[in-house]
Amino acid sequence: MPAGTLYRGREGMWSWVAHRVTGVLIFFFLFAHVLDTALVRVSPESYDTVIATYKTPLVNLMEYGLTAAILFHALNGLRVIAVDFWSRGPRLQKQMLWTVVGVWVVLMAGAFYPILEHTLLSWFGK
Amino acid sequence: MAADTNETLVVPSVHAHTGQGLGTGNPADAFVVEPPRARTKKTPRRTRTNFEMLAWLFMRLSGVLLVVLILGHLLIMLVLDGGVSKINFAFVAGRWASPFWQGWDLLMLWLAMLHGSNGMRTVINDYAEKDSTRLWLKTLMGAATVFTVLLGTLVIFTFDPNI
Ligand code: HEM
Repeated sequence: MPAGTLYRGREGMWSWVAHRVTGVLIFFFLFAHVLDTALVRVSPESYDTVIATYKTPLVNLMEYGLTAAILFHALNGLRVIAVDFWSRGPRLQKQMLWTVVGVWVVLMAGAFYPILEHTLLSWFGK
Repeated sequence: MAADTNETLVVPSVHAHTGQGLGTGNPADAFVVEPPRARTKKTPRRTRTNFEMLAWLFMRLSGVLLVVLILGHLLIMLVLDGGVSKINFAFVAGRWASPFWQGWDLLMLWLAMLHGSNGMRTVINDYAEKDSTRLWLKTLMGAATVFTVLLGTLVIFTFDPNI
């Protein structure tokens, strides 16, 4: 990479970085996810065994993290589309980014208990 | 001045990239950088396909569909009805008994893999500067994508609840 060219941009650049990082992350997860789901073609036992790891606290937490990545990529992707196709999009890109962040925070807060319920119940009981 | 013009190397504009001038007779032309879109001997004859524009458009169309497909998938699998704790072979069998959910998952698989691999192509093009590195990374990524899409498609179509 060319040296000494680091541009520390504003909202537009950082949202682009986050969009790229989350996109790559989701892509790699998708490989693993198709492979583990393919075990339904092997036997019910092997599928249930691999799904059991999805229910461990660590992986459960990673599911919450993956949800965070997908949700940001999805909402910001809609923002990118609005910037490209909506005549007022480019002028409102910053406001739209903060809207994305706001909606993301609300949805992540709402998803906290449902997604982590399995782990929370196993730790703290009913 | 007429005398000066005679000493200037005059070349046709197609030779602009040789650094010998643009052919206008202006000596400063020798330092003009080749225009980005100028065709050279290496330029393939057919460069005017719309592949990159179609890829750009596909990213946006698939993105809109994926919002519904993936957020719906996450809602059903991770959020509703006990979240991840309900998922097992029987749950999958129940869903894939319906062509609707089979079609949902098939479309999601294809769109997400094509969207993701085309996005990865952009990322690789941005960071891998060596021609051979770029080619290898994209070949590897493409092969993994084809394999995963075919495997996933096969699993959805040949799923057997009584295995
Ligand atoms: C959930 C709905 C999704 C939406 C709305 C969406 C939207 C977008 C858009 C509009 C772009 C183009 C950005 C640009 O040209 O600057 C993009 C890029 C990308 N997406 Fe998605 N996407 C979604 C899901 C996914 C998924 C599931 C994956 C992974 C399998 C993924 C991986 C990528 C990658 C790797 C890029 C390239 C990033 C870059 O060039 O910086 N996206 N996405």
